[in-house]
Amino acid sequence: MRRLVQIPEALVGLGILAVLVVMALAAPMLFPGDPLAIKGAPLLPPFQEWSLPLGTDRLGRDVLAELFHGARTSLAVGLAAAAAAIAVGAVIGTLAGFAGGILDETLMRITDAFQTVPSFLLALAFVSVVGPSLTVVVIAIALSAWTGPARVARAEVLSIRERDFVAGARVIGMHPLEIALREVLPNALPPVLALSSVIVASAILIEAALSFLGLGDPNRVTWGGMIAEGRTVLRSAPFLSIVPGIALVLTVLGVYLAGEGVVEGTAVRKGLS
Amino acid sequence: MSRALLLLRRRLVGSIFVLLIVIVGTFLLLEAAPGDAVDAYLVSTGGDAGLVEAMRQSWGLDQSAATRLANYLWALLHLDLGQSVAFSRPIRDVILERLPVTLILMGASTALSFGVGSALGIYAGARPGSVRDRVLSTASLALYAVPGFWLALVLVIVFAVDLRWFPISGFETIASGKTGFARAADIARHLVLPVTSLGVIYLALYLRMMRAGMAEVWRLDFIRAARARGLSRRRIVLAHVARNALLPLVTMLGLQSAQMLGGSVVIESIFSVPGLGRLAQEAVAMRDTPLLLGIILVSAILVVLINLLVDIAYAFLDPRVGASEASA
Repeated sequence: MRRLVQIPEALVGLGILAVLVVMALAAPMLFPGDPLAIKGAPLLPPFQEWSLPLGTDRLGRDVLAELFHGARTSLAVGLAAAAAAIAVGAVIGTLAGFAGGILDETLMRITDAFQTVPSFLLALAFVSVVGPSLTVVVIAIALSAWTGPARVARAEVLSIRERDFVAGARVIGMHPLEIALREVLPNALPPVLALSSVIVASAILIEAALSFLGLGDPNRVTWGGMIAEGRTVLRSAPFLSIVPGIALVLTVLGVYLAGEGVVEGTAVRKGLS
Repeated sequence: MSRALLLLRRRLVGSIFVLLIVIVGTFLLLEAAPGDAVDAYLVSTGGDAGLVEAMRQSWGLDQSAATRLANYLWALLHLDLGQSVAFSRPIRDVILERLPVTLILMGASTALSFGVGSALGIYAGARPGSVRDRVLSTASLALYAVPGFWLALVLVIVFAVDLRWFPISGFETIASGKTGFARAADIARHLVLPVTSLGVIYLALYLRMMRAGMAEVWRLDFIRAARARGLSRRRIVLAHVARNALLPLVTMLGLQSAQMLGGSVVIESIFSVPGLGRLAQEAVAMRDTPLLLGIILVSAILVVLINLLVDIAYAFLDPRVGASEASA
């Protein structure tokens, strides 16, 4: 952790993420009630009124409150989708690499198929068939994001399964499935986890794009939805689209920077030991 | 040449399996969608229960799932993707009509991102750790975090609304009567903003890959040997360092094509470019699931073809690829 703080990029990234987490956690306390409720006159410009510092949107909703509640959605979707994708990918990759043969071949062709379909189109189709809600959006994003972790986990498992402790586990009579999931999988995780920042970032971007097209959870504030809302008054109030966009850019940047910092930090530590 | 052909043959066989899995996947999604083709058809016409049964029977919808999958595959073999409910036309015709526009958009975006990205990457990677390297690396990371659809809106505000340099939307001026070069110039003017919005994130990606690859190559022995031979710095940078760092970028060209097709959905919707992406958005808006799945299938085929092309290019660029198969 101390080494992490010495990399300036990582520090900036972690700082942005910390602010974001605080925003997400404080949203219900600072802005209680429905953030989609009308709070004032429509299209109030920012910095005009103390109670509504960032002004209001086309329907008179508090932009700052929406921004805070939107952080909750983006963060929740990004983390949940990445966690699901990494869990599913790691298990599938481990099984493929450990079993080998027909099972490996089948699972890897399925992975290929998922990588061949554009991930955004797959998410779009899934949400439009099942219907938009936060859980469905998370599943839709994870549906195409698990392929990267699966490939990395498989490659890692191919070398781990030849090690002595795996042979030892076989000798004491452990079930192959138990060896794969309890002995091999945890050892294959570090390089898979290194992918998490990229997956979280792309999950946040895909969620935003889905919401922008009107396929997000209609009962939640999303930054993508806010940008789409602002788009209808783009000429007169460009501010409404620009602010949530900047929040998105900063969030994704924070995730990348923190992720690169962590990878770099652990690499430095390995190099020294 | 035989080396490339052998590689191509192996990849083609693999691709057919992959496409079969995609087809089964789209079929399952189609099954999961509420309502079937008869329901969708009756929304616009209306009809009684007897008519519904008769139509289900004549369209083969009353048979088992396995039979329907077989029928679906059989129809696909005849390049029949079914009927679009929203457009009341064969899905294949609707898609083929929109495909060229998306190919032009993607081609231009790829050319922009690959060309400018790798050039800037060479500029940054020529002196790793220098000021220009740091500036370009930081800027590319920031660009990499920008969502394409938001960038599109910002570009519209600045260059279409305020400065009025470029048209706000469309693929070409409607009913302008332009032909030949004038029409091409008109299309190009319309595509400046969409191409930029779609390509910038990949420009940042290629820049970063090129720079990182060059930083690796600089450390290798043959670069010191090239220096010892007294080659000019310019020649070392271009002919030795950059050339060896280029290969991963070519691989990325194939991987990125699927992502770019996905990105074109939002960009084409914003700029009203009548391509495949906008068609996907229209299919969602008009609840035309068969059309949407047809688009997914065509996109998958497109991605497979692009990756085959990239593989062939790779075999020509790197003599090691497939060498073992040719000798076997």
